[in-house]
Amino acid sequence: MQRMVIQRIFIGIITLWVVSVLVFVGTSVLPGDVAQIVLGQSATPETLAAYRAENGLDQPLYMQYATWLGGMFTGDLGISKAGGASISSLIGGRFANTMFLAGVVAIISVPLSVILGLLAAMYPATWIDRVLTFGTLSLISVPDFFIATFMVLIFAVNLGWLPAIANVSPDDTMLETIQASAMPLITLIIVVSAQMIRMTRAGILNVMNSPYIEMSILKGVTRNRIITRHAFYNAIGPIVNVIALNLAYLVSGVVIVETIFAYPGLAKLMIDGVQTRDLPLVQACAMIFCGTYVVLIILSDVAAILSNPRLRNPK
Amino acid sequence: MTDKTANTEEISIYDELPDVPPKKKIRLTWVGKLGVTVVIFWIIMVFIGPYVAPFHEADIIAYDSFMPVWSETEGEGFHVLGTDYIERDILSRVLWGARTTIGISFIATLLAYLVGVTLGIGAAVAGGWVDMAFSRVNDAILSLPSIMLGLLIVVALGTSIPILVLTAGVIYAASVYRIARALGQDIMVMDFVEAARARGEGMWYIITREVLPNAIMPLATDFGLRLVFVVLFISSLSFLGLGIQPPMADWGSMVRQNLDGLGYGSYAAVWPALAIASFTISINLIVDDISASEGGSLARKMIS
Repeated sequence: MQRMVIQRIFIGIITLWVVSVLVFVGTSVLPGDVAQIVLGQSATPETLAAYRAENGLDQPLYMQYATWLGGMFTGDLGISKAGGASISSLIGGRFANTMFLAGVVAIISVPLSVILGLLAAMYPATWIDRVLTFGTLSLISVPDFFIATFMVLIFAVNLGWLPAIANVSPDDTMLETIQASAMPLITLIIVVSAQMIRMTRAGILNVMNSPYIEMSILKGVTRNRIITRHAFYNAIGPIVNVIALNLAYLVSGVVIVETIFAYPGLAKLMIDGVQTRDLPLVQACAMIFCGTYVVLIILSDVAAILSNPRLRNPK
Repeated sequence: MTDKTANTEEISIYDELPDVPPKKKIRLTWVGKLGVTVVIFWIIMVFIGPYVAPFHEADIIAYDSFMPVWSETEGEGFHVLGTDYIERDILSRVLWGARTTIGISFIATLLAYLVGVTLGIGAAVAGGWVDMAFSRVNDAILSLPSIMLGLLIVVALGTSIPILVLTAGVIYAASVYRIARALGQDIMVMDFVEAARARGEGMWYIITREVLPNAIMPLATDFGLRLVFVVLFISSLSFLGLGIQPPMADWGSMVRQNLDGLGYGSYAAVWPALAIASFTISINLIVDDISASEGGSLARKMIS
């Protein structure tokens, strides 16, 4: 088992490295000269050369990559092209905001979806299952901004309970922070839970299709007892896997949700960077997001290995 | 119990012959039929939308922005769904948008399939280091959230429709590759492939006559799901202002542009959002119906 886990983590580190190359090369091989784009057409050859020397652009690409990667490890993320502030200082507070959002969403949506998924699996083909399956299918097939739009329509426009813009500032009290970020929170909870409910239900029903469940049906065990005593324990592995996987989905969810509600998080910072073509900023944000994503995927794989007795105690 | 006996009687000797594929009849529930109807409606709109739309997508026709549903501009005509933030007719833009959103997504999905299936089946048939190399690169692409990849490509190459199609095509080719390769590997170890090899058939024959025909059904179902993902991906990029650029009408950017209207009680942002939802939900309903009609176990029969 240890070997499998270590192997998985090792593959994860390799993936992270490949990702860093993709992010760096993908954004560095721009058509055109970066210095020219930043300084504009009127720049003299001297200022261009000075800009290149200052930003290390006169060095070969692999040297630039090495400097960049070294900076990633030491927390020196470079200087933003727009405004010239250090990227670490730009990211700091934004990162905390995004973590707050993701943390609250995880705490609420994980138990909620496991319970609802279990309910749907326990009473299949009843109205509760039908409502949950149809509802979650609809929710996962619409874009995140669709749900956000309807949230605004219902809670901000028609009911007037919540602000449509999430104006979060560090001086807010806890209550103010929660009220201001309620809309992005609810939207993300809905998006993530819908996925998790479906996958939990499918995981348990999948276990229900295995031969030993058929055996207990033929023995005459009642359905509830089969689910609570036989199926659930064997579904824990898949469910843990589902949870880690969905927390990874949060990564793409926050991009849309932070933009639509103008929530001052990391994703909003990145989108602004994309619009102003602020490369160092986009690279740093992309690395943080992709890194988190890869780590969560590794966690889900490790959880799947740990929760499977056959993998845990190999012969 | 009566169910079970009935089922055993239905299995005839022919179903068990390995080389005769069982004739499966896909029976759709009413939900599935509803899905088919909506999808067919939008497909027709892809072709005729611009001709049946009352106005041009870029025409600034009305005197007022965010006019309510069923209002009239004198001398021009009715705005069945109202007008948008710069006085354009919403219904016309939704109809034009069908071609842009569905059309571009369809081409991107087709590209993803062309690349993914070719490389996937190729890797499965070739095996060895070709398979290794392709699969490692593929894993790296799959290990990134698609929207992040999209943003990175857009920041590097800018926004234009060909780049959008290429981006979506390459990103989703990765997941198609995985499925095609797995299917190909399953089929390559079947007896009939071995028989073809023993007959001395070439690789091309094996791929086109033995592997592809057996992979087509599962791939077709997956195509529907993949199309939904691509529609969502392209709409999301457009929504962020990084996909299809104005004045072209596309459902994702229409939602974004008219979002402010919600505050004034205008539903302009809702219609394109509903258009996306109706299309994607319908495809999912059809796919769900098809996979549900493909059998179930004793446990499922007992509890349902």
